[in-house]
Amino acid sequence: MKQKITSMLILALALAFALSACQPKPAETATLTIMTHDSFAASEDVIAAFEAENNVKMVFVKSGDAGSTLNRAILTRENPQADVLYGVDNTLLSRALDEGIYEPYDSPLLAGIPAEFQLDATHNALPVDYGDVCINYDKAYFAEHNLPVPQTLADLTQPEYNSLLVVENPATSSTGLVFLLATIAEYGEDGYITYWQQLKDNGLVIVNDWSTAYYTNFSASSGKGAQPMALSYASSPPVEVIYAAEPPADAPTASLVGRNMCFRQIEFAGILKGTPNRALAEKFIDYMLSVKFQEDMPLQMFMYPVNSEAQLPEVFVKYSQIPAEPAALDPAVIAANRDKWLNDWTEAILR
Amino acid sequence: MIRPRKAGFPTGNALLWLLPLAFLALFFFLPLGKILAFAAMSAAKNGFALTSLAPVWRPLWFTTWQAGLSTVLTLLLGMPAAYVFAHYRFRGKNLLRVLTTLPFILPTVVAVAGFTALLGPHGLLNLGLMRLFQLNTAPITFMNTLWGILLVHVFYNTTIVLRVVGSAWAQLDERWEQTARVLGASPRQALREVTLPLLRPSILAAALLVFLFDFTSFAVILMVGGPYFATLEVAIYQQTMSLFNLPLAGLLAVVQLVCTFVITWIYGKVNGRRNIPLLPKLTSETLRNLRSFGERLAVFGINTLLITLLVLPMLALAARSLLNLGADGVMRFSTQNYTQLFVNSSNSYFYVPPAGAALNSLFYALVTVLLSLVLGTLAAYAMSRARRLQGLLSALITLPLGASAVTLGLGFLVTFTRAPLDVSHFPLLIPIAHSLVAMPFVVRTLQPALNAIPVSLRQAAGVLGASSMKTWRNVDAPLLRRPLLVGGIFAFTLSLGEFGATTFLARPETPTLPVAIARYIGMPGELNYGQALAMSTILLLICGLAIFLLERLQPAGMTEI
Repeated sequence: MKQKITSMLILALALAFALSACQPKPAETATLTIMTHDSFAASEDVIAAFEAENNVKMVFVKSGDAGSTLNRAILTRENPQADVLYGVDNTLLSRALDEGIYEPYDSPLLAGIPAEFQLDATHNALPVDYGDVCINYDKAYFAEHNLPVPQTLADLTQPEYNSLLVVENPATSSTGLVFLLATIAEYGEDGYITYWQQLKDNGLVIVNDWSTAYYTNFSASSGKGAQPMALSYASSPPVEVIYAAEPPADAPTASLVGRNMCFRQIEFAGILKGTPNRALAEKFIDYMLSVKFQEDMPLQMFMYPVNSEAQLPEVFVKYSQIPAEPAALDPAVIAANRDKWLNDWTEAILR
Repeated sequence: MIRPRKAGFPTGNALLWLLPLAFLALFFFLPLGKILAFAAMSAAKNGFALTSLAPVWRPLWFTTWQAGLSTVLTLLLGMPAAYVFAHYRFRGKNLLRVLTTLPFILPTVVAVAGFTALLGPHGLLNLGLMRLFQLNTAPITFMNTLWGILLVHVFYNTTIVLRVVGSAWAQLDERWEQTARVLGASPRQALREVTLPLLRPSILAAALLVFLFDFTSFAVILMVGGPYFATLEVAIYQQTMSLFNLPLAGLLAVVQLVCTFVITWIYGKVNGRRNIPLLPKLTSETLRNLRSFGERLAVFGINTLLITLLVLPMLALAARSLLNLGADGVMRFSTQNYTQLFVNSSNSYFYVPPAGAALNSLFYALVTVLLSLVLGTLAAYAMSRARRLQGLLSALITLPLGASAVTLGLGFLVTFTRAPLDVSHFPLLIPIAHSLVAMPFVVRTLQPALNAIPVSLRQAAGVLGASSMKTWRNVDAPLLRRPLLVGGIFAFTLSLGEFGATTFLARPETPTLPVAIARYIGMPGELNYGQALAMSTILLLICGLAIFLLERLQPAGMTEI
């Protein structure tokens, strides 16, 4: 009797097993992990649409600024913490490529992206967005004092602009580093220190981080500081309008966009080497390059789309200037020299 | 024969040590060792040579003297305040006590916003002075100065002296001082030769904690001091994040750790020399009302100073959060910064309502309190038993306070990469990291009290037939309630305000309040700044309320300090 029950149980179990094997499996939700810097943002529905379309759950891992995010990706290379890395910019690109953390992916969407953004011919790192680091100025101050707006980097050393400019320390702030690169592009390796010394003699104020420069020192922010010019982004004026307490008639700030006064930052995304989710990772990269995601970026991350088909929101068209001649340096040259430049600059200007 | 236990805790010595040491080994020494090994490997691979000692020596020298100066200034304000709080009854004392604790939780960005509202180019004080003396430019410069650094350090750390020394002072039996006076000592003599020596362990403990906090100061130096000042911690950050020079960063981190170890060890030597076990008084029966004019004046003076330096910047912050710039350029009262917090205006995927961030913060803070109180109590008992090893053990426990947050954060990232202890999925790593820093506080506040319990008390309980468990419950526990509460409040506030390690470990969907504040203040636009201030005011209110409630937890008669 006992035996009979046992064998029947086994039979039932086997039957159940066989039946369940025949049935279509309930679709399992995969997860795709994106490692990114703290500034990454996107609209809820843009992420939700991708999740629904691909039956995937997105997980974002944020790790401070772009530099520390790259650090994390490099340090955990043996045991990758994500499938896609977003946020490496052209100042860090060579370092990321040299460390070999990416897998190449020749996305079909690259066809719609101008060549000037495609700095990595091996397609390990694909351009997603760009933005210009520019000096913002307080429009009211310049109007009140009847001051002409500086047109070149050299203008900033003129006595009429004495003590009017605050910039971030290149050794602690990525914005500051990018501006240092602009001055190197303009004055060359031999001349940039002299230029900075002239700036310093002209009452340049240096602070360590963007929020101090913008909110404590800049006269056009709500902190009402002492400097009417502050190093920020070309996208800051429209953002000031969007996040004003009361909608202003005009943007309170604008950017200085003379030749080589701004430096163009291009941000890249890439598939991390060793991902088990290669197919999904490709899909997400394609999605980031698609018009839908690209048109969402300006209002979320305050960066500009690289996809030529993507339209800018009206407030950006109205209040932000895109510099005609931004400064640029070869990423390989930056990677080879940035430590030396930073050390030399620190010794000459801060000590 | 009954063998009295040296310190009555109902378990064996090894068991006491096991948990705290295992905790330290897994969550401190392992990640630290891993990242230092990385640095060493990178040095071996790429070659590493220091052409001069300046990159180490310069920050080390500045770090040490600014920390020394900050500590002295903090004690100068904290000691008289601790005396006043321990001896007098006055109106608004409970409120002032809670308020003076709050600076501890403020993220530096926000503290800077508060000080800017007071001392900035358009701050209240500068505007007042400019109007008064008909000046065209602001007479007070606060950012990018050394005195700015010192001021903010005093702002942050006075509460440590106030709590640690104040709680010991309130428990001090006044009869000792009275005896000295009866025997003919002047008040000053009695203070110098009786009271201060009796308070020495807690004064030293407070000074050590304040010094180590200033020694590893990072955000204050970076934001207030500006680019012309660099502590070791700032140098480590720059070498790691901006120059990718892991070997030098590792070397600096080791220097900082060694200094911490040596300082703590010396402290142990000085402190351990003679401890006078005294029966602390339990009730506040000797709290006095203010009587003479002199007393009133002194208490008024001290409290005014406390309010000016500690409370005013926070009030300025809260006031500023209720002002918005109109289209005509005039500041007006408005609650817009608060109402906007509850709206996901940009439809962002990463939006978190303030209640969500507050709940995350509170959850982490409560776990931190629990972890650090349990582990800290065990460690404090183990230390008071193993007198010979006390110095070494106490230095080990204190080490996390001197560890570079950047280094340890990276260590966590490279160590905890696999489930279940996986940085991106295991949420408890945040309170664990907070507990590493909170534990030294708990141990430091407990230890003087523990050492002060006379063995005779426990012996008496033993002779009377009490089991060791019962002895602990009836003798130790009541005497430790106050320092436990102080330690718990430190753990709570430390966790609520902690930003550095949290940015490494927090998942974007579950940010803490400080992380959410940083998100707002990292974007241009008046509303973003305003929302950061509003969120900070909410953080202050929540924390103030929580401390107020925590202090209600102790039985009546013990509510002072």
